[in-house]
Amino acid sequence: MNNFLLLTILVAVYLLGIGYLGYYGYKKTKNALDYLVAGRSAHPVVMALSYGATFISTSAIVGFGGAAAMFGMGLLWLTFLNIFVGIIIAFIVFGKRTRRMGHNLDAHTFPELIGKRFQSTFIQGFGGLLIFVFMPIYAAAVLIGAARFIETTFTVNFNIALLIYTLIICAYVLAGGIKGVMYTDALQGAIMFIGMVILLAYTYHLLGGVTNAHQALGALTDKVPAKLVAGGHLGWTSMPKLGSPLWWSLVSTIVMGVGVGVLTQPQLSVRFMTVKSNKELNRAVMVGGIFILAMTGVAFTVGALTNVYFVKNPQFGKIAMEVAGGNIDKIIPAYINSAFPVWFVYLFMLTLLSAAMSTSSSQFHAMGTGIGRDFYDKALRGGRHTHQTVAITRIGIIIGVVLTILLGYKLPTSIIAIATAIFFGLCANTFLPAYMGALFFKWMTKTAAIASMSVGFLGTAFWLLFVHEKESAALGLCKFVFNQPTLAKYPWTVVDPIVVILPLSFLVAVAVSLCTQKPPKEHVEYCFKHI
Amino acid sequence: MFGINDPGVWSAYLLCILSSLFCIIYGMMNWNKGDDKVHPEDVSWVKDEKTVQDDL
Repeated sequence: MNNFLLLTILVAVYLLGIGYLGYYGYKKTKNALDYLVAGRSAHPVVMALSYGATFISTSAIVGFGGAAAMFGMGLLWLTFLNIFVGIIIAFIVFGKRTRRMGHNLDAHTFPELIGKRFQSTFIQGFGGLLIFVFMPIYAAAVLIGAARFIETTFTVNFNIALLIYTLIICAYVLAGGIKGVMYTDALQGAIMFIGMVILLAYTYHLLGGVTNAHQALGALTDKVPAKLVAGGHLGWTSMPKLGSPLWWSLVSTIVMGVGVGVLTQPQLSVRFMTVKSNKELNRAVMVGGIFILAMTGVAFTVGALTNVYFVKNPQFGKIAMEVAGGNIDKIIPAYINSAFPVWFVYLFMLTLLSAAMSTSSSQFHAMGTGIGRDFYDKALRGGRHTHQTVAITRIGIIIGVVLTILLGYKLPTSIIAIATAIFFGLCANTFLPAYMGALFFKWMTKTAAIASMSVGFLGTAFWLLFVHEKESAALGLCKFVFNQPTLAKYPWTVVDPIVVILPLSFLVAVAVSLCTQKPPKEHVEYCFKHI
Repeated sequence: MFGINDPGVWSAYLLCILSSLFCIIYGMMNWNKGDDKVHPEDVSWVKDEKTVQDDL
């Protein structure tokens, strides 16, 4: 009971702090115009931390950290892509043009940017609807990540833990946390950074230093469960066997799906528009690179190393997956609670709350604007902004929150990393060719953008429903129609849709552009003004 | 390297550190570059963004 009281006080103080900063940030936002004209705008550190805190969630720390305990340190390829694609390519290559073109076209959401660039109501409406319908899968992954930690820390039932976090997130949303206030995100980013750096330093200290810890992990190869060995697992400091089911799962779904998908995350791409000039983006690259290394780099390294801790600790004497009862989402919470002093468990609780809230709020924001501004306002009302739009946006947020919570209760165990990867992959396959075309290729046509988005979306849906066995067997449609769990044969049954559908979607974009009417020259010139 | 035998894994570990270092160097080298002029479109965007936020 004392633990609950302490948690309540901590969370209350935390929420008050966040609430105050939110209010302060909002007051400042009111004068954003003055700031812009006066030559001042969002500080690059604030922008980078805000982007990072929105990017990294409990999904990355708890979900993918747990996945690293299963796959091993090969998951660090995702950290590399998180930095190389999610920061370097995203900020330097995509960010600068997104900001300029977003301002030229007065676009405020990701679907609006692509829709206005290609002068297509359909693109904006379809994009908004897709985000509204599918974002809850990713939002639920974030929710589950936070709830798993509460469940383990306070030894309460998972459903109660989910309810506790839901109440916290509702209080946050009601207090205005849904507004895109970067100062709040930045504070949360700072808390996350401190928590993760301590996590890494203490873990290496506990296991006898960097090299010793890695060597100890490498020596555990004989402890890999037979089922994983059969799937291609060669140890936690080795990549899985080339072409094995585990290799495809790690490389195509986890590393490529999430690593590339980050470019088309609607809640992230709009952040580029909030800075005044490219100078802020240049500076933000520095902070972003360090921040992501401290987030996923730490989570994946520590996640894999939990095996050493659990095997060597006589209280457990077995690998992390076995300690967590086969649910990889519980590995990081179990490790923190077992290996760390109480004060750090609470600090880490705030780290996870920060990671979850900054991402959750931006997800609900994207869902609301997706259904209100992009779908209702643009696709149904022909761009007429009314009071109804505001109401629909708010109702959209409420429906999004409810859907997310329901999914949180319904989704199976060990789901966080998979759910996140599905959403990231879906966004990449659907939006990436059109987004790249919008920013870089003046010759890309509206029909080509629509065709590539349709192929990307429908192709991914087909692949998940009828080919990729993990999902097709769980969803059951293939079994219902064809009386078999998948229509394909190995290795296609373990190859992620991003490997097949994304190149196809690019191909369609180029082929259709070559044989359809070019966009009006004046419009294209206007889009690319000052670029 | 780093106590890891498989080049497929230690190269990822190394690349993570190198890409972060690249970010630091890039940020430092371009610290004062890219300062754009404020265009009318920027002003208009900020005004409209405030409306979008207020609606929420």
